Amino acid sequence: MAREDTFREARQHLQGMSDADLEARFWRLTEEAVTPLVDLARTHTSPSIERSVLMRMGIDSRTCMAVVAECEKRGLLGHGAGHVVYVCMQAWDCDAPAAARRLAKGDGWEIADAKWGGVR
Amino acid sequence: MSHRLPPLDPNVKLDIEALLDGLSEYRPRRHGWTWRKQVPDQQMYEFTYHETSEPVERSIPLPAAHYFENIDPQPDCVITTEIASGRPEDDIRRMRMAAWHGADHIMVIRTAGQSHIDGLLEGTPEGVGGIAVTRKQCRLSRRALDLIEDEVGRPINYHSYVSGVAGPEIAVMFAEEGVNGAHQDPQYNVLYRNINMYRSFVDAAVAKHIMAAADILQIDGAHNANATAVKAWKVMPELLVQHAINCAYSVAVGMPRQNIALSTVPPDAAPAPCMRMDLPYAIALRDLFGEYKMRAQQNTRYMESDGRDATVSHVMNLMISRLTSADIQSTITPDEGRNVPWHYNNVAAVDTAKQSLLGMDGLREMVKIDRENPELKSRVREIKERAVLFLEAMIADGGYFAGVEDAYFVDSGEYPETNDDGIARCSDGGVAEGTIVSRADDYMAPVCHHFGENHLPEGFRGRAFQEAAPCDLIGGCTLCDDTKVPFIGDLDSVDNAETRLTQTAEERKRGLIRPEVEWTGDGVVVVTMFLPAGEQVAEAAALELGRAMNLTDCEVIHKRVMHPAEGTHLELKGRLDVAIDPATLVIPEPPEVLTDEEIREFVAERNLRVVAATVGSDEHSVGMREIIDIKHGGLEKWSFGVTYLGTSVPIDKVLDAAIEHAASAVLISTIITHGEIHRVMMEKLADLAAEKGVRDKLLLIAGGTQVTDELAREWGMDAGFGRRTKGLDVASFIVKAMRE
Repeated sequence: MAREDTFREARQHLQGMSDADLEARFWRLTEEAVTPLVDLARTHTSPSIERSVLMRMGIDSRTCMAVVAECEKRGLLGHGAGHVVYVCMQAWDCDAPAAARRLAKGDGWEIADAKWGGVR
Repeated sequence: MSHRLPPLDPNVKLDIEALLDGLSEYRPRRHGWTWRKQVPDQQMYEFTYHETSEPVERSIPLPAAHYFENIDPQPDCVITTEIASGRPEDDIRRMRMAAWHGADHIMVIRTAGQSHIDGLLEGTPEGVGGIAVTRKQCRLSRRALDLIEDEVGRPINYHSYVSGVAGPEIAVMFAEEGVNGAHQDPQYNVLYRNINMYRSFVDAAVAKHIMAAADILQIDGAHNANATAVKAWKVMPELLVQHAINCAYSVAVGMPRQNIALSTVPPDAAPAPCMRMDLPYAIALRDLFGEYKMRAQQNTRYMESDGRDATVSHVMNLMISRLTSADIQSTITPDEGRNVPWHYNNVAAVDTAKQSLLGMDGLREMVKIDRENPELKSRVREIKERAVLFLEAMIADGGYFAGVEDAYFVDSGEYPETNDDGIARCSDGGVAEGTIVSRADDYMAPVCHHFGENHLPEGFRGRAFQEAAPCDLIGGCTLCDDTKVPFIGDLDSVDNAETRLTQTAEERKRGLIRPEVEWTGDGVVVVTMFLPAGEQVAEAAALELGRAMNLTDCEVIHKRVMHPAEGTHLELKGRLDVAIDPATLVIPEPPEVLTDEEIREFVAERNLRVVAATVGSDEHSVGMREIIDIKHGGLEKWSFGVTYLGTSVPIDKVLDAAIEHAASAVLISTIITHGEIHRVMMEKLADLAAEKGVRDKLLLIAGGTQVTDELAREWGMDAGFGRRTKGLDVASFIVKAMRE
């Protein structure tokens, strides 16, 4: 809804504030706005985040795409795509890129399903 | 090591094929951002600078530098150039040119649409309005910049964008590839790319945390509000809010404040009284964000096709930088109002920044902002209060996400005024909506520098907990062990740099020359013309003239009415399908100069004298003074006896003086060329000298801005000297001619 400039009236409570107090209020309000955003980020993940985890595990981007897409399909993303690869590395006694390549080919998903009960 | 290439030779073009060869083995030699090193009270030539940094080893100084022993002082702040050719193999050539003019922050623009791609692109496909940012493209650019920074002798920061749907992946790739700076601001995704707001913020936290680990400098995206706003001066309070959200969010997820830069633009442009409007905003911003870095961007909101107009706006923007502060001075090319930037416009923008910053060096010590000025004081306060009111209302209405849904941002009213025309986004809408997932109680990522809940096994939570690094679980991650970084080259066998290079390989090998503005041999030229006709007729006529010049794809890229009836100034772009073989060119050899000793000895032996004058009705004396005066390194330096007769001297007087002083040479200066007066004067001198029987005894020399050696000889002189002639050139000629 359009609104005329009500600055003169709206600022009444700020008028008597020192510059330092005004600036401190600005930052306090900003913190207040940002805190729930940070909490959301701390407790959630996304396909890109999970691919970024696999990348850090030394896995190339094409394989990251395939593994994370399958994790999404199987409802495993919330456990971490890196976690899925890690479990398979241990089962197969191989490094992360090798485990991811096998997962990308379709091998090993039963290992994840066994651990997480085949959630979909 | 196989990826080592020999240093660049300033006289040889970049070997792009060699840079592409062995890229899979190349690793960046450093990570993180580099600032210039300040040098207080730096002495150069006869000047002391108060705001400059360490000099470079090789560069192209400003045009007037030849008056000052070719000094090229480098301002204190990092200078950015934005490159967007669409082809990485051409981008790197432009990076080299820009670096030689003073850019040490190379920002590569992404191809249109990349921010909506949920994943990494690979290879070197051609982009639109920028390049596809990929691992191979970053590696090629960083490898080229390693060589270029060695050539100029100063570290160069490479920069691109960690925005869009694939932010965390791009952040990892940038960290691995030694990218030094990046834009990252989830608000950009939400407002301008309509990417789902939850996804944008969740991704941003991880991306920022990784950037912090790699010491990548972050620049925010608030300047886009300025560029988008209907009335740019109305968004100032909101700009403060946008900067604050990104800053506070970045700090909360682990980014150090000194790595966070605000992308700030003076919002307005003349004919608005823009500096008086924008200065309070610049001050309010610096008051509130003193712990952060300032990346001063230039105004694009009111940029038209007129390069002159854009340059003046940018100089006023630079003045605000100098009166307040800038850690990074970004530049916009003066042609960005009409096309994607061209090679020489990147250089023009960098030169504009360097010239302005040097010209205003130390100015703030004498010209201080009057913080007690009533208008300034109340406006600074008002902008801050309006921003606080914005935050108060947004929080009362449910917080940031609710505020975006309610179109708080990019409204054309100055908050609390609203015109209900802001950008509204739905929390359950946008690209990649519904793609975030709650982290389960056993969520685990066995890698380092991962933001958020991470249920690592006991003993692996990292050094902060006096435990092993998370990536010890998997034998190391790419951020700890560089050898684990994988490389993917091109996935498209046709659309790639190597294929494009084969198309120009033959001409490049033969050294053929075609004009270009963006890509190797693109053939684009610009013709500037004045046509004595009104706008519409002039445009149609210009296109016809372009065709008559054998140009194809003609387009009028700029026009400005001089007078509705008298005429129009136009710039016409066209393509010229001609390649020149330099082997067929006749190029005059640059004149060889003699040593000081040779000249001095010859002059002393013969007690040489010359007579000099500016002839005709011409009052210019500066050029001649440069040639003869000892203080300018003129003929007197080698003990020539010089008789200077002054300006507007008749030719017969010049010759009479030459005879009287037994001179060996006569130097005439003719600056005015109206009615070919310079030709008339030279011919008259030659004829009169012959008449008086002294032609064989005298060397007749003419100089002036429009004089060439060829023309002067044609008109009866022994030599002619044009612009940029030094006393040494004339002295060498006289001695050599007399020896013969």
